[in-house]
Amino acid sequence: MLIENREAVPIVADDDIVRVRHRVRDWAVTIGFSLVDQTKLVTAASELARNTLVYGQGGTMLLEAVTNDTRRGLRLTFEDHGPGIADISQALTAGFTTGNGLGLGLSGAKRLAHDFDITSTPGQGTRVSIARWK
Amino acid sequence: MERIPILKMGGSLLVSIQVDMHDRLAMTLQDDLTARIVKDRARGVLIDISALEVVDSFIGRMLANIAAMSRVLDAQTVVVGMRPAVAITLVELGLSLQGVRTALNVEKGMQMIAADGEPEDDSSADRES
Amino acid sequence: MARTEQNDIAAVLARHEDEILPEWVRVQKAAGRSHLISEEDLRSQTRDFLSLFRTAAQTGRIDDITGREWDDTRRMLEDLSRARARQGFTPSQTAMFVFSLKEPLFARVRAEFGSDAERLAGITAGVNSVLDKLGLFTTEVYQKGREELIARQQQEMMELSTPVVELWDGVLALPLIGTLDSARTQVVMESLLQRIVDTGAGIAIIDITGVPTVDTLVAQHLLKTVAAARLMGADCIISGIRPQIAQTIVHLGVELQDVLTKATLADAFAIALKRLGLSVQKAHAAKSSTATEKA
Repeated sequence: MLIENREAVPIVADDDIVRVRHRVRDWAVTIGFSLVDQTKLVTAASELARNTLVYGQGGTMLLEAVTNDTRRGLRLTFEDHGPGIADISQALTAGFTTGNGLGLGLSGAKRLAHDFDITSTPGQGTRVSIARWK
Repeated sequence: MERIPILKMGGSLLVSIQVDMHDRLAMTLQDDLTARIVKDRARGVLIDISALEVVDSFIGRMLANIAAMSRVLDAQTVVVGMRPAVAITLVELGLSLQGVRTALNVEKGMQMIAADGEPEDDSSADRES
Repeated sequence: MARTEQNDIAAVLARHEDEILPEWVRVQKAAGRSHLISEEDLRSQTRDFLSLFRTAAQTGRIDDITGREWDDTRRMLEDLSRARARQGFTPSQTAMFVFSLKEPLFARVRAEFGSDAERLAGITAGVNSVLDKLGLFTTEVYQKGREELIARQQQEMMELSTPVVELWDGVLALPLIGTLDSARTQVVMESLLQRIVDTGAGIAIIDITGVPTVDTLVAQHLLKTVAAARLMGADCIISGIRPQIAQTIVHLGVELQDVLTKATLADAFAIALKRLGLSVQKAHAAKSSTATEKA
């Protein structure tokens, strides 16, 4: 995988979630995603940015334009140094039925992305990475 | 601090969301609407989201909350103008917006509110699932 | 191949260009279909190629046509191949443009180096190899061009074959015809949703009478579209589900409980009209009133 370009966006306040949506939209448009795909990316980013702010106590989003063979894509990585998630699989599956914001955001973002990756250590932080390919 | 304007149209309230809302603004709208429904004794609430390019789970929950609260206050909420890309994404997200009635535009939304109270076989209302 | 031998080839080309050119044109014309291209064009293409070939042979490696020295030659052949494809030449005929250079070139090479058997063999092998590669290159370009054309045509067909029809004020119909694949279904469904917004139609009938088979992916797309339409405030009816498709859907375990389905488009239209509070009535015949008058 080749990384063509990258940008870091801080997520520390409510307004930053809006800024995240705008940056992701701009990047998605530049890469040439369809309107529906753009919307999926922005929505997934909004979910994960909120998680980073509300549950992760603030963090950053990294945008990367990537290429895999001939396919172009956008990868978003959300990182925080918050409390972390004790049981990730539980958060992912229960999120929907219990309506808990964190799980809802994670499982929602997973459904909207092609690639989804999460690592978390209680007491140290969480990193969630999603990607969508054109 | 900025607020989303709420207009009075006959016995209904009309909200047109034109900006990309941050969470605080969404919560403020929820509170403002609830207060206005009581104050103006509104029968209906029309929320126009035709300018929204994104509806995530937070906004979705805000809409569901408004619908639920207005029902308790004996008013009907209709959300109008959802964009196709937003609808497709919400379906993919798995958000069904339970309890939220929708219409294609303000005109149809008003018709829906006016027709309320009459017994009708309306498949778009309160779906249990 | 040794530098000296490469230079030999370039030298032969330089010295005997005036003789090689007309002979090469003659061989090409004999190969057929040259009426598709004017004599003048043929000559200028031949001249261009010879000069580019000579330069590349002098500066580049004769055994590697991907090198930078061959860029201009390859580009010329690319343009030529595309132009000839448009003019109606087969890929073999286009390749013959390159291959037919062998005969006149070998004749000159034999004349120059006939006395030195080893040198002759080396040069001949080298010329053979490079012209083969260049000829095959034109065929590759042709192939790629065809693939791009097919992709474009497929896109156009997708757009043409999925018209959304307004059956009545507020009722849209989408008659799907042919095999649905995931990509096409997505495109089609998105355009249906957009038409719903544009026309303000409250009911959309998706008719799949003309669809022979439906797989899980397509069925899911259909259901997602119905769900999306409902979220927007419109209703969908799926009509034309043939017995085989009904079986497939049940077999695949796809849940249709929430979706209204009708056997025919006509039935679906009737339901749509009823929902809108409309009914179709016979117009009173003028005859009966004249009959009463007479009586």
